[in-house]
Amino acid sequence: MSYSLKENLMKEERLAGGHRMCAGCGSPIAVRTILRALEPEDKAVVCSATSCLEVSTFMYPYTSWKGSFIHNAFENAAATISGVETAYRALKKQGKIDDSYKFIAFGGDGGTYDIGFQSLSGAMERGHDMVYVCYDNEAYMNTGIQRSSSTPHFADTTTTPAGKVIPGKMQQKKNLTKIMVAHGIPYAAQTTFIGNFKDISEKAHKAIYTPGAAFLNVMAPCPRGWRYPSEKLMEITKLAVETCVWPLYEVFEGKYTLNYRPKEKKPVVEYLKTQGRFAHMFKPGNEWMIEEVQKEVDRNWEDLLKLSEL
Amino acid sequence: MGIRERLSGNEAVAYAMKQINPDVMGAYPITPSTEIPQYFSAYVDNGEVDTEFIAVESEHSAMSTCIGAQAAGARAISATSSCGLCYMTEMLYVAASDRLPITLAVSCRALSGPININNDHSDAMGVRDTGWLMLFAENNQEAYDNYLQAMRIGEAVSLPIMICQDGFITSHAIENIELVETEKVKEFVGKYEPQHFLLKKDEPMSVGAYATSVYYMEAKRQQAQAMIDAKEVIKKVGAEFGKITGRTYGLIETYEMEDAEEAILIIGSSAGTAKEAIQELRAQNKKVGLIKIRSFRPFPSEEIAEALKHVKAFAAMDKDDSFNAHCGPIYAETCAALYAAGIHEPKGINYIYGLGGRDVRVESIQHVFAELEKIVQTGDTGETYRYLEVRE
Repeated sequence: MSYSLKENLMKEERLAGGHRMCAGCGSPIAVRTILRALEPEDKAVVCSATSCLEVSTFMYPYTSWKGSFIHNAFENAAATISGVETAYRALKKQGKIDDSYKFIAFGGDGGTYDIGFQSLSGAMERGHDMVYVCYDNEAYMNTGIQRSSSTPHFADTTTTPAGKVIPGKMQQKKNLTKIMVAHGIPYAAQTTFIGNFKDISEKAHKAIYTPGAAFLNVMAPCPRGWRYPSEKLMEITKLAVETCVWPLYEVFEGKYTLNYRPKEKKPVVEYLKTQGRFAHMFKPGNEWMIEEVQKEVDRNWEDLLKLSEL
Repeated sequence: MGIRERLSGNEAVAYAMKQINPDVMGAYPITPSTEIPQYFSAYVDNGEVDTEFIAVESEHSAMSTCIGAQAAGARAISATSSCGLCYMTEMLYVAASDRLPITLAVSCRALSGPININNDHSDAMGVRDTGWLMLFAENNQEAYDNYLQAMRIGEAVSLPIMICQDGFITSHAIENIELVETEKVKEFVGKYEPQHFLLKKDEPMSVGAYATSVYYMEAKRQQAQAMIDAKEVIKKVGAEFGKITGRTYGLIETYEMEDAEEAILIIGSSAGTAKEAIQELRAQNKKVGLIKIRSFRPFPSEEIAEALKHVKAFAAMDKDDSFNAHCGPIYAETCAALYAAGIHEPKGINYIYGLGGRDVRVESIQHVFAELEKIVQTGDTGETYRYLEVRE
């Protein structure tokens, strides 16, 4: 069956509107899109790490989650959902339940790349039948825009302010998707919001319906932390892909596939100039920073091309 | 009649787990509780239980998987010690506030540093305010018996429960033990039938809400009530257990307390040593007795006050220190219990003892009683915060 955004949007929402996430935030868009990839007859237990997503969607006595949902703590969404998934297998084996469930965890980059990294690695290695989704907004946005290991090089955050001596974050972004691939899980992919959402929707479906542990890394911009007008969200994700800052690819049983190859790779400056967090890189004398980022993007892109040609 | 066996405390607890046949175990190795998941995973791999075993990458994840599993509608268990218990502390609070009756076996061990693998109660006492029920065992039989009662108690009040025993002293020492027939165990423990759970048909559920100041305090008050209610449940379950085994349990055990003028309060395996010391002193016509605290959470304040009201002097024995320049937790809570009951006559001192596996001998306990006798004779309590048998 061919993909149709229109048909997809006819599906019942699993995250109710009226939650408290900001306009122009990528996180709820990622959640709703991924949950739409569930077959209508399937139930899901969703887990969220402590994050903007969690505190904005489940404030007692209200919940936006139409299906079962569990929040435990910041660093353990992967372990928590692995416990739920194990209980499901145990209860199903004993005939105590008969419904068909899927298990999906969401975490921000702080809860995934950093503090939740061990829990994630453990769950992926154990191979639970689950999907872990990182909604990657490249900093600790819930606590007020502090740098994480996912924050890109030179970005201005509240713990890596663009100062007179140190001009923003001095380290490159950690390549978590590759680290997840190195776990030997059956499916890992990187995606974001592009065009009619075909890429993210198809990857979500594969991740959910591939038996075993799967990992999705979704670039999900944050208007406050990245400093862009909220209506520019889709322009920014598109530029991230067109400049190869955030390539769309998937790895199925170890085989890399590049899902989109820009006809003409745009210079990284096109992406950087859309966001206030990179504004200091455009000051006279800072051209070297943009040049350095361009080199890093080029190198990562070449690596990815080689991997996908293997 | 029960089955006579010889088992270590860890084996006994693992055997109790096997008899109960829970749904999920999430556990991580740490000395001296390692044997529990080790024995249990052999039961799993040999198909002797239906349990799914999750060999997690840390204690933090062990408790996190238990929270997920119990919330999903399963009976979840774990085992740990020492730094492992510290590492899961954050999640212990969540388990209690989510009102998930998880069962955790703890083989108590000292905390680093200096690093030390031997017994004291620093680990368990360090998590005493996490909202978990906590039962302590004197010997292997009690560790086993307490484990069999754990789920009945925890599930009745919707609180998680820790079954503590002394690392190595009971966890590794082999003792004669009387096991309960598995059929009787299953009947006694019963099935876990939670009212609400994540996988319940046609009733989705959200667990782990963000609670603002408008709701947070009510949630805590309900936890406090569950802990209060647990006192009667522990006694009821202990009495019912007595009916099938002849071994009845309460919140505390008193030993030679009827006419005691001097008493010690103690937790865990040293109670056995204290009983021996008391027998010898009783033979010398000394009016000495023992209060063994089985349930530290809930704290049996009324029972302890009642047991102490006629003594002239007591020593609260803490196998850990609060490092408050004042006293350990048993002394603090015992004094609070007496004060709340309006009892001011007994003179009380505190001993910090047995840290990091420091041997506690019959003579050690007799020394404590000799000090109490001195206090009674002179009327002078002296220093209340004391270390037992330490080089200084």
